[in-house]
Amino acid sequence: MPLNMIVCCKQVLDPEAPPASFKIDPSTNKVIPPPGVPPVVSPFDEQAVEAALRIKDQQGGKITVLSLGNNLLRDVVKKPLSMGADELILLEDEAFEGGDSWSIAYALATAIKKIGEYDLIFCGRQAADWDAGQVGSGIAEILGIPSVTVAKKVEVADGKAKVERVIADGYQVIEVTLPALITVSNELGEARYATLKGIMAAAKKQPAVWKPADIGLEPSKVGAAGQRAKLLKLFQPVKEGKCEIVAADSPAEAGAKLAARLREAKLI
Amino acid sequence: MAEYKGVMVYGELVEGKLSSITTELLGCGRRLADELKEDLLCILVGDKLGEAPKKAIAFGADKVYTAEDPLLKEYQTDSYVAAMEKAAKDISPRILLFGQTSVGRDLAPRLAFRLGVSLSMDCIELSIDSGTKLLQQTRPVYGGNARATFTSEVFPQMATVRQKAMSPLEPNESRKGDITPIKVELDPAKIRTKVLDTVKEEVVGVKLEDAQAIVSGGRGIGGPDGFKQLEELAKVLKGAVGASRPPCDNKWVPDTMQIGLTGKIVTPELYIAVGLSGASQHLAGCSSAKNIIAINKDSEANIFKEARFGVVGDWKQILPAFTEKVKELLAG
Repeated sequence: MPLNMIVCCKQVLDPEAPPASFKIDPSTNKVIPPPGVPPVVSPFDEQAVEAALRIKDQQGGKITVLSLGNNLLRDVVKKPLSMGADELILLEDEAFEGGDSWSIAYALATAIKKIGEYDLIFCGRQAADWDAGQVGSGIAEILGIPSVTVAKKVEVADGKAKVERVIADGYQVIEVTLPALITVSNELGEARYATLKGIMAAAKKQPAVWKPADIGLEPSKVGAAGQRAKLLKLFQPVKEGKCEIVAADSPAEAGAKLAARLREAKLI
Repeated sequence: MAEYKGVMVYGELVEGKLSSITTELLGCGRRLADELKEDLLCILVGDKLGEAPKKAIAFGADKVYTAEDPLLKEYQTDSYVAAMEKAAKDISPRILLFGQTSVGRDLAPRLAFRLGVSLSMDCIELSIDSGTKLLQQTRPVYGGNARATFTSEVFPQMATVRQKAMSPLEPNESRKGDITPIKVELDPAKIRTKVLDTVKEEVVGVKLEDAQAIVSGGRGIGGPDGFKQLEELAKVLKGAVGASRPPCDNKWVPDTMQIGLTGKIVTPELYIAVGLSGASQHLAGCSSAKNIIAINKDSEANIFKEARFGVVGDWKQILPAFTEKVKELLAG
């Protein structure tokens, strides 16, 4: 049975950018985007797209991607299309800026209600910027559908999904009725690369752009206005950075010398 | 409006006993409750709670609430959220704390949205603002590159707390406290999931969370074979082997060996990082180790900023001699 699937994807600063390039502007409590490092789709969200694509490969279906933000880079947010997703809807407006898990989940859930038909909704387990890990569960709660979080495998049969959920010492196999929301973890495995054909097809597709009013969102619930968590301070922890480098004439000697130093320091 | 009072800890049981994160939460909750001059409450949910309520009192709770029901035998989102919704509404605590565990990270967000309140996940520091009496919640963000402090003005103020970020109190079996059962009426028709199977993948030997020495490998190990050398060193040190994300994602080692933001949080005395660059999301899982030792060919690798001792070079040439020498020193 072909399924209607929706995947929520967030554009974030590249989490693989060198840690040394990470800077905060204390006067605004915001991160200064590192120069020359373009944003990306949050990696867990890419894996959420992958989870949906694997189901589409097996039994067909339609994948609609939802991204929320302001000034979204088309090359970035179109990546799921070039991987094989079918449609892209952008919730794009200045008013969406400064949102917390509450306002973001509320806007996404409202947009999903407008899309109307869905069997499965996928989200990444958390976004690579704020690591809040709540939006997926929040959307499910607002829509009143069941959720399974931190999935590493998802299969669908007979109107139910079978999900492998990662737990501390292994995994659980959970069966859930549809429609359901599933958050995806890195244990799912790497997301596929975009194909050349996919990139060309994505280039031709124009995303739909929805403003808050288009989905009937009250201004008091959008972005910063709708937030329930208050950010007091964003800061970088101080690192001491006093590493003693043990050197010798050969790598093997350095290895032996390291062991001797650890003994002197009573670490072994 | 109901009056919100008390600091409440959601307690978890592992094999019928209070889990270590629960004792840590009680330790932290005791401090917050004392600052507020209010009670420390603990809620326990399950099918058979046994001695756990008494233990929660020994670890610092003033009042323990118990929700026992056969439908709560194992964790399922729908049944546990329903039970906790009832408890939170009946008891109206000011603060509600969970562990950042498989259960906590699933239960807390869904409950927060049901109650209409905000939540901070994976907190490493909690404090009470002396003026407003509000809970200030500090947690790592941007994959560990930064920290953020949040507060909220809707009650209960909710947070999940990272494992091993807080210390438990010494248990005192003579402490007095109340144990109050609460009634949760669960409708089996509203539980939309079913646990078909639970598969344990724990590696043999010392558990990473308990290990005093950990030898951890990254992308630079290059494949599953290299990890055998790390195992040899770990064995000599009576420790465990861990990994950063790339070796797990590449299936060189099982996912359960992953240390980091989305893996395990470890706090050994000695953490030997081999061929591992020190991405922030990995450091999030090991930066509380007492001593980090780095072996990496890139002298600019971020791991050297966290390490106490380091060797720059090819681990394949360094590690055998290091392991030999450690063996010799430990034997002599």
